[in-house]
Amino acid sequence: MSIASTQKRGFGAILWDYLTTVDHKKIGNMYIAAGAFFFILGGLEALIIRIQLVKPENDFISAGLYNEMITMHGTTMIFFAATPLLIGLMNAIMPLQIGARDVAFPFLNSLGFWLFLAGGLLMNCSWFLGGAPDAGWTAYAPLSVVSPGHGTDFYVMGLQLSGAGTLMGGINFLVTIVTMRAPGMTYMRMPLFTWTTFIASVLILFAFPALTVGLFLLMFDRMFGSAFFDIALGGNSIIWQHLFWIFGHPEVYILILPAFGMFSEILPVFSKKRLFGYTSMVFATILIAFLGFMVWAHHMFTVGLGPTANAIFSVATMAIAVPTGIKIFNWLATMWGGSIKINSAMLWTLAFIPSFTIGGMTGVMVAISTADYQYHDTYFVIAHFHYVIVGGVVFGILAGLTYWWPKLFGKVLNETLGKIAFWLFFIGFHLTFFIQHFLGLMGMPRRYWVFLEGQGLDTGNLISTIGAFLMAIGSVVFVYNVIITSIKGEKAPADPWGDGRTLEWSIPSPPPEYNFKQLPLVRGLDPLWIEKMEGNNKMTPAEPLDDIHMPNGSILPFIMTIGFTIASFGFIYQVDHSAWLIAVFGGMAIALGTMLARSLKDDDGYHIHKEDLEKEVD
Amino acid sequence: MSQEHSLNPENLPKDPAKATLEGRNKFLGLWFFLGGETVLFASLFATYLALRNSTAGGPSSQDLFGLELVFIMTILLLTSSLTSVYAIYQMKNYNFKKMQLWFGITAILGLGFLGFEIYEFYHYITDYGFTFRSSAFGSAFYTLVGFHGGHVVFGLSWLIAIMVRNAKRGLTLQNAPKFNTWALYWHFIDVVWVFIFTVVYLMGMVS
Repeated sequence: MSIASTQKRGFGAILWDYLTTVDHKKIGNMYIAAGAFFFILGGLEALIIRIQLVKPENDFISAGLYNEMITMHGTTMIFFAATPLLIGLMNAIMPLQIGARDVAFPFLNSLGFWLFLAGGLLMNCSWFLGGAPDAGWTAYAPLSVVSPGHGTDFYVMGLQLSGAGTLMGGINFLVTIVTMRAPGMTYMRMPLFTWTTFIASVLILFAFPALTVGLFLLMFDRMFGSAFFDIALGGNSIIWQHLFWIFGHPEVYILILPAFGMFSEILPVFSKKRLFGYTSMVFATILIAFLGFMVWAHHMFTVGLGPTANAIFSVATMAIAVPTGIKIFNWLATMWGGSIKINSAMLWTLAFIPSFTIGGMTGVMVAISTADYQYHDTYFVIAHFHYVIVGGVVFGILAGLTYWWPKLFGKVLNETLGKIAFWLFFIGFHLTFFIQHFLGLMGMPRRYWVFLEGQGLDTGNLISTIGAFLMAIGSVVFVYNVIITSIKGEKAPADPWGDGRTLEWSIPSPPPEYNFKQLPLVRGLDPLWIEKMEGNNKMTPAEPLDDIHMPNGSILPFIMTIGFTIASFGFIYQVDHSAWLIAVFGGMAIALGTMLARSLKDDDGYHIHKEDLEKEVD
Repeated sequence: MSQEHSLNPENLPKDPAKATLEGRNKFLGLWFFLGGETVLFASLFATYLALRNSTAGGPSSQDLFGLELVFIMTILLLTSSLTSVYAIYQMKNYNFKKMQLWFGITAILGLGFLGFEIYEFYHYITDYGFTFRSSAFGSAFYTLVGFHGGHVVFGLSWLIAIMVRNAKRGLTLQNAPKFNTWALYWHFIDVVWVFIFTVVYLMGMVS
């Protein structure tokens, strides 16, 4: 294994490298690339929805296709775009921030990625195989049980695969942060993005299994004739709602907490000031995560759980506004008196604060269970969650990508294009969703294929559609920026912003495969900034230069994923013909056989030798 | 650092399973995994509790369950957990042969449990016509108990695989963590059974 592998390699070699890699940075980049692909896909679905709603009684697409569009838009954006983009950034950045050479389980990391990708692709195969899922992204039973065709089967198997992958990622990050921090990196010296990765991983760990069970029940009902949701045989469809939201509500915190973490990294760097209230930020994060598990039934206020349950969940939900408010004020106070530099990463951050606060305030509105009877299933709710998801998570991802792009790919994104993309997207976003609050209050229900003329909904919907196109143009400019930067951009130094505070800015951009030639000695919060203030400009090593142990790459995760995917197809189609059971057993045999091979084969990894490391220039 | 030769107490760390970072990572990773598994089983238990009286005119828990069989199964599984503790004790003493012996006993007890469980299901299906599709209670029962049974099957396959693989190699820093994490997993399966015994069988008999 040569480290200086800068010479041109063939396409096959590069492909093989990515199929077998266990390097957290490459896996992170693949997550980001796949997430971006699904983001574009989900965005196109959103545009089709908005075109359909541009005027009253439009017939741009059929009602059935419309149901498929809304289902796939929601599912794709949450599971296959937002989640992997965040996990990609966590993968690529978190080990660098804690001074680790890799994650705890590199093999599992690769498996998690391939399972997520297989799940996303599997679900989208449904477009070409008789129709996509059409029971809404929440797939409420009994509608999802009786939904004809195989669409919902693809939903079940696709989410099951990608959910397993996400769970693996979560466990991996947890162990990495617990055992692999560099010398001196105590918990309360960890950067906020690492903290939020840690807490989001806890949420993944405890939330995803509830979805797993819900999906199993739905799968058994649809494919094997069980009666969980079948009222005639004593079933109860509310079980699905509970399981889905016990997962689903923590899921929104899985998305937003890492975004909070990114803003907490960006603000201190471009304000040249340490993060205000670091300790309270950490505890607010933990509190949000804790409360996030206590509020799932606020999605079910109108189900009829009774006034006591509604009141408890109502109060618990409103309580989340307190730690979130603490964070908002800490960000504002971080900028107070700082030497502020405004670039595109900072613009996304500055735009996030008011946008997210609007979403937070409508959140308190819908948390009032009595009032929720008015808001429920209207565009008010659509407006609310797009304000927190787009205004919070998507702004966060775009800010984080802009901020860490040089670390990931070695080139700084073009500032002018970045700013154009920001303004288009920002204006488009508010144009699309602000008006939807009012559409909702006027009674426009969500998920309806058409609306009628003369009910005061025409102009609002038209404005919303125009906004959606502005967002699309903004996204195109962002993608153009990425392409043009990778062609023309200049190579970035280790610390392209000049004011980097955390460990990732102390190593080259992009980092070598072993990340740190010598593990750094961490002497406090913002370790690189401390060294800069003392005139060192680089980290003090905590160990002598020595051989570095690295894990071997492996194709097994990819083969295992193929096995599970074949089995998924088998499960979906065995309802039609029992010959498909061959695919179930064959696929499982491949997957379990690979697992066995992995367990039995010793893999000691390899060493990068001291002599080779000495040759490398910093 | 070649670890091909087997270990003995003279040249070795106190706890071979946690001597390496990899070993510690695996152990901690499995602990976290069990946290997720807890939510998985909690969801299944909740589903079962919601549906346990939804018999749709079919057999109910009082008609079906017999505590004698479940008692034997419980004893088998609890004892297998104990024998796996002995195996880990022998591992820490670097006594590989005795470790294999105790793990062997563990596997046999586990297989015994599984045999009784298969008989139990067979008995319900053939004698009572009580299946996965009979009622919501049937679906919930077979899913909860079946998920546990599936974990037992997976655990036994895993144990037998690593026992056979390492039979001639003795204890190394490579395989000690594997045995150790397996034992942790097995204890968890045991704990879940204690809950199944209480929630499914005992509560099913009295209500």
